[in-house]
Amino acid sequence: MKCDFCDHKATVFLTQLVEGQMKKVCLCSRCAKERGVTDPTGFSLADLLLGGIATSAATTPAKTPSSTGGGCCPTCGFTIDDLRRVRRFGCGDCYQAFSDEVAQMIRGIHKGGTHVGKVPQGQMARRVLHQRLEELRAKLDHAIAAESYEEAAGIRDEIRRLGCDTTGITADQPGP
Amino acid sequence: MRFSTLIRHPADWMAGGQGEDGPVLTSRIRLARNLRHHPFPGWAKREQRGAALAAMLPAVETLPVMKDAFSQILSTLNPVQKQVLVERHLISREHAARGEGSAAVVERRQTFSFMLNEEDHLRMQAIRPGLQLSAAFDALSELDSQLEKSLEFAFDPALGYLTTCPTNLGTGMRASAMLHLPALVLSDQIGQVLQAVNKIGLAVRGLYGEGTESLGNLYQISNQSTLGESEPSIIRRLERVIAQVAEHEQNARGKLLEVDPNMVADKIGRAYGVLRHAHVINSKEALTHLSLLRMGASLGFFPKETVILCDTLLLEIQPAHLQLLTGRKLAPEERDAIRAEIVRSRLHSLDSPDTRWRKPPDIAPPSPPANPGDS
Repeated sequence: MKCDFCDHKATVFLTQLVEGQMKKVCLCSRCAKERGVTDPTGFSLADLLLGGIATSAATTPAKTPSSTGGGCCPTCGFTIDDLRRVRRFGCGDCYQAFSDEVAQMIRGIHKGGTHVGKVPQGQMARRVLHQRLEELRAKLDHAIAAESYEEAAGIRDEIRRLGCDTTGITADQPGP
Repeated sequence: MRFSTLIRHPADWMAGGQGEDGPVLTSRIRLARNLRHHPFPGWAKREQRGAALAAMLPAVETLPVMKDAFSQILSTLNPVQKQVLVERHLISREHAARGEGSAAVVERRQTFSFMLNEEDHLRMQAIRPGLQLSAAFDALSELDSQLEKSLEFAFDPALGYLTTCPTNLGTGMRASAMLHLPALVLSDQIGQVLQAVNKIGLAVRGLYGEGTESLGNLYQISNQSTLGESEPSIIRRLERVIAQVAEHEQNARGKLLEVDPNMVADKIGRAYGVLRHAHVINSKEALTHLSLLRMGASLGFFPKETVILCDTLLLEIQPAHLQLLTGRKLAPEERDAIRAEIVRSRLHSLDSPDTRWRKPPDIAPPSPPANPGDS
């Protein structure tokens, strides 16, 4: 039998109950060691499966969203099947990619559906500023196209002003 | 800081800095954060995990509070060292199981510890003695705010901090307290109390968190919901409940002593006898007796400092700590013998249980009957 992660002969076989479902994984000795399976301090098969999917997704181009029968996160390639199986996400953008599923999951777990609490203030200010600049740039293009030069000059000044404000902030962390 | 230096010193929270002898041993706050534009650790490929680590490690290490901190890539630690960190609650069992691309940064006094590339990119933790969730949160939140200046976290205005597991979504905060509840166990009230705690949406767990057994009458109470409620509000609710459970425990201790003083004295006396004279003792038995000894100290059967001694022993007699001490792998029987030896030597100068340390009962005098005439 082949290893689930590479093509070598599997020598380590694991079976574990993950969220009520029997999961099996076959590994070669190298992959088993790499993934900490031989670590006596223990490991979680859920993590292993999660990590494993990443490897096989990368090495098996045949695994496309259509073949997994669901949506796929455009940023990290995590699929809705992965989400249903491990009940964990692949990256921050998955929350948007699987928003319907997210809404459903949240209902069963949390008190509310909307965040109330700490906000990374500086980071959010940077994002808002960036968004505003984008809007103004679009408006500027529009004004120039419409030959409303007076308006365009006003917008340009506004951009300059905001741009000055942002140089210190945006230099290190570009927004979206 | 080297591993040996870190471990040689007792953590601030366990050295009983506050002379904590009540049922609440420690308060812990954990915040989960992830980096924007980086796949979460469980899904990331090795080089992606490495990139996230490379971004986080310098930011964490340069926090002023982390001066002279212990900072280590986990794969450079051996299994015993990792397990010692788990036994000290500085890293999680899950984190210890991860090898490459994960790291731990522990502040000198072990008040703050950061796990890098655990289930989330960053799991930061603050521990304080006694019931101090608010103070722990304020201190940790300050570090979080400092980090936010150099790291961009995955955050959504509607969903809050985005985490690998949706159970941590929102605040990303898990606030918990470790409680010692022997009298509630002895008086068979524990089930009822824990059920009530569960019913109001809080989680109760054993010594090492999720899925672990309660040993030594130690229980962890924590929030479950992380979305839809602010951090201070979660903490207020939790502190109120924990204070109530602690009060129940105190009352149960008083009641036991009042109703069946012989039974209490007998249990404490037997625990003392076993711990003072055993030559082979396994972890579970030791924890059970230490629990009674600790309760005995708080009831005045031993000097007050005995509580600190018990809390320190609780950590020292765990398997990995013993292996670290002896510097070699130990068979379970060997461990049990060494454990007994340590306990005996630590308790060597502890006099047998006596009521001379007993302080007057800590029960408030009954309030005078309300007299409508007085105002």
